[in-house]
Amino acid sequence: MTQAIDQIFVLTKHWLVGLVPVGAQPLCSAILSVAAIIIVFATLFAITTWLERKGLGRMQNRYGPNRVGPFGLLQPIADGVKSLTKEDIVPITADHAVHFLAPVLLVAASLMGYAVLPIGRNMVLVNLNAGVLYFFAVGSLMELAVFMAGWSSRSKYSLLGAMRAIAQMISYEVPLVLASIVVIMQAGSLSTVSIVNMQATYSGIWPHWFVFTPWGFAGFVLFMVAATAESNRSPFDLPEGESEIIAGYYTEYSGFKFALFFLGEYIGMFATSGMAITLFLGGWSAPFSFSFLTWIPSYFWFFAKLLALIMVFIWIRGTLPRLRMDQLMNLAWEFILPMTLLNLLTAGIWHFMPAGSLRWLVCGSMVVVPCILLSSRMKHKKKLQVRIYHYSE
Amino acid sequence: MTVSFLILAVLTVAGTAAAMGLRNAVHCVLALTMGFAGVAALYLQLGAQFVGLAQIMVYVGAVAILAVFAIMMTHSPESANSPVFSSQWSWGCIVAAAVFAVLARAICSSAASAHVQPPQPDATVQQIGDALMHRYVLPLEIMGLLLTAALIGAVVIAMDRREEMK
Repeated sequence: MTQAIDQIFVLTKHWLVGLVPVGAQPLCSAILSVAAIIIVFATLFAITTWLERKGLGRMQNRYGPNRVGPFGLLQPIADGVKSLTKEDIVPITADHAVHFLAPVLLVAASLMGYAVLPIGRNMVLVNLNAGVLYFFAVGSLMELAVFMAGWSSRSKYSLLGAMRAIAQMISYEVPLVLASIVVIMQAGSLSTVSIVNMQATYSGIWPHWFVFTPWGFAGFVLFMVAATAESNRSPFDLPEGESEIIAGYYTEYSGFKFALFFLGEYIGMFATSGMAITLFLGGWSAPFSFSFLTWIPSYFWFFAKLLALIMVFIWIRGTLPRLRMDQLMNLAWEFILPMTLLNLLTAGIWHFMPAGSLRWLVCGSMVVVPCILLSSRMKHKKKLQVRIYHYSE
Repeated sequence: MTVSFLILAVLTVAGTAAAMGLRNAVHCVLALTMGFAGVAALYLQLGAQFVGLAQIMVYVGAVAILAVFAIMMTHSPESANSPVFSSQWSWGCIVAAAVFAVLARAICSSAASAHVQPPQPDATVQQIGDALMHRYVLPLEIMGLLLTAALIGAVVIAMDRREEMK
């Protein structure tokens, strides 16, 4: 019974695919999975916009949306209708083909990452040998889409926003990949499915999630910071800082194209959060091996963890002010990058030391001490001086 | 010759051809990126996952971005007035045809084109990693050192201007 509920979507898909002739079965199976992914995550996007506006409203002492439906729950539908019926304005000097293709490429690139995310037990679109590599490869397509949007608009705000966004995405892609390498080292595999399967075992009631090790915890925190910057969210939202460059690279977009940018950004954020869950938080596995918890289906756990991470994103957005460009780059190159490199060493030492409290002590101090040293160094280095710009006029 | 191969081949050839023929430099880079992506997809279709994904990561994610940055910093956004085709295109055609003839002859006369189906090599990512870490670890380390030196050199060139400015 438990297993039937856990596998209900897999079984339904097999039944549906069995209805069509054999020749069309692979195509049909792929279309069903892709459609399911698109529908589920687009719905999650709609829910998240409501959640974010409501949560931010609460943090800023206001109500948030409360007119459409109970508690404003139908607000996303109203927003969707609004953006569909708005006029689509394209600047007359814009490069029309590229201007049109940019949002399409952004949404397509951000959706492609879901192909390797195990959403539940046996619920992964393709189990690639190099799943993690694939995820980061398609993630790099988003930079190109951002550039296309900024360049084709022929607007200085768009171009400035795109330059900022690409600089930021390139700088934070390095720590993002380096932070996830520790998991690959420990799991000995690039396949997302086998990484989750390794974590879905228990000793006693405790799961073997990688986040419950010193290097795993440090890796998770660094990964999430880099992921926040990668998805251009506050406090790293300089590329679209509305008070400085209006909306950055999508200043010149209106109507549904604007909504597509919004969608692509959130879908990308969910995908990176999903990758963090897969790598560090045990994917679809339950947090404790109590029978009433493992009875709950696997996909429920995945989405519970995803929503929890989204809540953290909203909380951070409501709490922290925006960084300056030099602060952003200093954080990336002076704190996060050395920490990720040290973390690689820590993971290696952890692997070769015998299990016990000594291993915890050594590896724990290898994470905590550099963290304190680096942050205090960054704090003392704050000299105020006139900034010299070499390459801008 | 499957349908997917035909689609990818058309995409790759069209992308690279457009990269040569278009007037706007940024359009050229975008078309070239399409060609890169097509080549990557061809690798993936042949089962070479690591090579295909590395191709996307390096060429689409890094080289294309580098190219557009270089164009943005050096070019004006308006397309150039000079014609796309050089006046000496006939010489270019002759050289291209000669190179193609040499390559085609070399390929046709080599043993590799004898149309024996070799056993499918099962090059998983794990095998590539093992080879890099055991047999080819020295070249890998040398490459790493070289790239680090290049990185530091680039930073030094970009940074140390304060004395000159004063």
